[in-house]
Amino acid sequence: MHGGDEVVAAPAGLPQPLDWKFSQVFGERTAGEEVQEVDIISAIEFDKTGDHLATGDRGGRVVLFERTDTKDHGVSRRDLERMDYLISRHPEFRYKTEFQSHEPEFDYLKSLEIEEKINKIRWCQTANSALFLLSTNDKTIKFWKVQEKKVKKISDMNLDPSKAVGNGSIASSSNSSSPKPCLANGSSLGGSYNYLSHDFSFPPGGLPSLHLPVVTSQETNLVARCRRVYGHAHDYHINSISNNSDGETFISADDLRINLWNLEISNQSFNIVDVKPANMEDLTEVITSAEFHPTHCNMLAYSSSKGSIRLIDLRQSALCDSHAKLFEEPEAPGSRSFFTEIIASISDIKFAKDGRYILSRDYMTLKLWDINMDSGPVATFQVHEYLRPKLCDLYENDSIFDKFECCLSGDGLRVATGSYSNLFRVFGCAPGSTEATTLEASKNPMRRQVQTPSRPSRPLSSITRVVRRGTETPGVDANGNSFDFTTKLLHLAWHPTENSIACAAANSLYMYYA
Amino acid sequence: MSTVEAPLYPIAVLIDELKNDDIQIRLNSIRRLSTIARALGEERTRSELIPFLSENNDDDDEVLLAMAEELGVFIPYVGGVEHAYVLLTPLETLCTVEETCVRDKAVESLCKIGSQMRENDLIEWFTPLVKRLAAGEWFTARVSACGLFHIAYPSAPETLKTELRSIYGQLCQDDMPMVRRSAASNLWKFAGTVESAHLKADIMQMFEDLTQDDQDTVRLLAVEGCAALGKLLEPQDCAARILPVIVTFSQDKSWRVRYMVANQLYELCEAVGPEPIRTDLLPAYVRLLRDNEAEVRIAAAGKVTKFCQILSPELAIQHILPCVKELSLDSSQHVRAALASVVMGMAPVLGKDATIEQLLPIFLSLLKDEFPDVRLNIISKLDQVNQVIGIDLLSQSLLPAIVELAEDRHWRVRLAIIEYIPLLANQLGVGFFDDKLGGLCMQWLQDKVYSIRDAAANNLKRLAEEFGPDWAMQHIIPQVLEIANDSHYLHRMTLLRAISLLGPVLGSEITCSKLLPVVVNASKDRVPNIKFNVAKVLQSLISVVDQSVVEKTIRPCLVELSEDPDVDVRYFAVQGLQSIDQVTMSS
Repeated sequence: MHGGDEVVAAPAGLPQPLDWKFSQVFGERTAGEEVQEVDIISAIEFDKTGDHLATGDRGGRVVLFERTDTKDHGVSRRDLERMDYLISRHPEFRYKTEFQSHEPEFDYLKSLEIEEKINKIRWCQTANSALFLLSTNDKTIKFWKVQEKKVKKISDMNLDPSKAVGNGSIASSSNSSSPKPCLANGSSLGGSYNYLSHDFSFPPGGLPSLHLPVVTSQETNLVARCRRVYGHAHDYHINSISNNSDGETFISADDLRINLWNLEISNQSFNIVDVKPANMEDLTEVITSAEFHPTHCNMLAYSSSKGSIRLIDLRQSALCDSHAKLFEEPEAPGSRSFFTEIIASISDIKFAKDGRYILSRDYMTLKLWDINMDSGPVATFQVHEYLRPKLCDLYENDSIFDKFECCLSGDGLRVATGSYSNLFRVFGCAPGSTEATTLEASKNPMRRQVQTPSRPSRPLSSITRVVRRGTETPGVDANGNSFDFTTKLLHLAWHPTENSIACAAANSLYMYYA
Repeated sequence: MSTVEAPLYPIAVLIDELKNDDIQIRLNSIRRLSTIARALGEERTRSELIPFLSENNDDDDEVLLAMAEELGVFIPYVGGVEHAYVLLTPLETLCTVEETCVRDKAVESLCKIGSQMRENDLIEWFTPLVKRLAAGEWFTARVSACGLFHIAYPSAPETLKTELRSIYGQLCQDDMPMVRRSAASNLWKFAGTVESAHLKADIMQMFEDLTQDDQDTVRLLAVEGCAALGKLLEPQDCAARILPVIVTFSQDKSWRVRYMVANQLYELCEAVGPEPIRTDLLPAYVRLLRDNEAEVRIAAAGKVTKFCQILSPELAIQHILPCVKELSLDSSQHVRAALASVVMGMAPVLGKDATIEQLLPIFLSLLKDEFPDVRLNIISKLDQVNQVIGIDLLSQSLLPAIVELAEDRHWRVRLAIIEYIPLLANQLGVGFFDDKLGGLCMQWLQDKVYSIRDAAANNLKRLAEEFGPDWAMQHIIPQVLEIANDSHYLHRMTLLRAISLLGPVLGSEITCSKLLPVVVNASKDRVPNIKFNVAKVLQSLISVVDQSVVEKTIRPCLVELSEDPDVDVRYFAVQGLQSIDQVTMSS
């Protein structure tokens, strides 16, 4: 099946447009079901291998998924190959675990409520099959370790626990510093220990009547432990966190500052970018997103609300006030309007895997930048041009400030980003590619294309929305096009090695493959 | 199993608690591992306890950390050095955990044990362990391996040595930056055990690889080891192999690398001869003093004295002094502060003439710096200055600086200067002090900030110690006692504090004649806080004055206070009376 009316037959040598298929959905809504605010997904991230996927939600929870299809041991390679041939294998995930990462808090000094909503999740280096990840809300970053722990069964104790409790005159099984209240008698264990070391002499061969408890364990369960909390470093809301390739440091960015942390040290960070003007009335531009270069430990990029991307070099100086490179698109003459500045604001940037390209998303477009070319983007993709006449409405209902994320495929040949009405778009960015696919976050992602065969030459924007769900009230524009600004697809992530996309539609996580 | 005899009960509990649900209890139990081992005896410790610990290693990090530490000193409990190898198994597992501090502790313990093991055991048990870790699947094991080579290497036979060197070489080029960092920071330890021929060939090759690493953090650590590595080499080899690297590093694109060089350069100078210092290191150092990045200049400025000490005075005057002049006017206050804290150390190196001619103007300009830390750093090194240029020259310029700091708007600055006052008094002498600083000391007693008033009272005590009771009678006491009439109760409270501190220093006579009447008078204050502080002061003066005075003056006063309407006053008065009784009884 081909991706509908948009796809032009690709010239030889160009990658074929992808044929997207539905793979999985987690937390699907039934028709008419009310979405709880706390369940809305606010962050999605694959780990480096693509074997794990994490989502964060507005309720401060982090949910982990693990890939199931690569873990088939005991199947011969040949079998696998044949299966590959017969049924094309694609990443499949299953629910692994979830934990409460952040809780709502109240800053008493500033009289501010701090939401528990997870703004970003970033995976860290795996070690010993323990997973590590960073999660952040507006103010506080946390470092989590998720690990399988054996469920222990202790048997063959020296003392029968029930009797030990009764026989409290000699020993208690707790000490005063432990939080749990212990036994009725007051003799602390420390006292008995001292007695042992000073007055008791052990026979040279030891005491045969003592033995070690026997520990048996059959099952394991996953335990998430918060290892570190990096707090009190941001006056404004944290919009990004990003790991360095050195495996030792990461950055966190808020509206005006970027801080550098060592993963091991939670009580100090270094301010590396500060765009706060001496007088806040002079403020014209804020930081909207920041990311480390995937391989060069000294480079990072950050985007601004004015539509520019700055590349900075940490080697140059301790406080990187001056950028190494600035990427900006020159304004087209005569095109200026009230909305120009608002829609120029970049909501997300991502480095391509090789580190040469940066993808940026502003309200109307996706832009691909070559870091060796600062005169303008190498490619611009219109995400939802049909909204341009409606900017006024979008401004009225604040939708114009929605922050859409973007992502690149592992091979760097395609880019994707979200839009309204639970749609997301995939563009081919290899030179000469005209691939531009629209998908809907539903079980039938291509239905829009299928349902408009009669108008093959129409641009994508004219595809009529056919399906309504829930109680949403879609707007309909002059051409009969409908869009629904309440169902926006802000968060999505591309699998690092395969053509598989995970995207969030409200509380549901949809996965597609090609 | 519940047939344990009574005396064994605590130890039985202790053993059971190795697996308690409460982490705090497990921790306590692990901390007493040696007791458990003694109770089990050496043989069962080897055959049961150690395997038990090896198997139960998915505990919380805190428990694992404690276990790693305890096992490091466990050799006596497993039957001495010939059985030390049994401890390697649990520690090997701990070397692979995710938490850095646990791994570091396990490596530390392994080194402790390895350095006591017999040579054969090292070859049979320790070296294979190092090789296993170095080939570990996860980077955590490989990180730990790097810290163990220097123990395994010396006793290994020749072929094994070659193998170990090649394994270390691979670790220096590991995919994971964490492993390369560990290899870089442990290289000098390993290098210290390698024969000189291989040192020049293999180790230097590894060093050069690390110095060219893509990751700044790896290069940083390579620099850090430079000096230690340089000291292992002959001076000419060091000059030939390390020096060029350091000179390149001093011009590295990354300011953090240059910062590290600035910190390390002085130590490296000790390893190379005087000639390379003059031709290579001095120019490199001068460049760092003039670096674009303030952080680098801070590090370099902080080493100015140490560097001058290894140079001839001529070179120091010709090359370093001009930079110091520039740094004293640096745009970054932190650079100036770093300079201020060490610059006076240059004086003995430069000699008196150069000091007065060149260094003194720098010094004076730093004393007038707008940033208080700079001035404070200078004043804190006053004794060094005094030796060289004498107090007369100094006092004219010093005084305005001190007065200004004494009135600084930040109370921490005022606090810092108060703490230097006894040092100043000592250096400046009584005469100068009376004229200029006496007033300040009184002024601080009435500061707005409690910490300052408290420090001021303490300062008076230290001055009284310095100059003696007679001086204090003349210069401190009258002014201090005047505060008794102050309308602000907090100031009157400061007076009481000062009296309680001064009493023991000034002795019984002055206390009875001058201080005690004031205190007794204060017991009639209208503020209860004053009154219970009177009770406290009286209590503290009991040991200072004669028994008769206690009975005649202190006791009646306390008795009166013990009937005060205020509960706190009564409480402290009763406390005072009790301690009088105790003193009376014991005498």
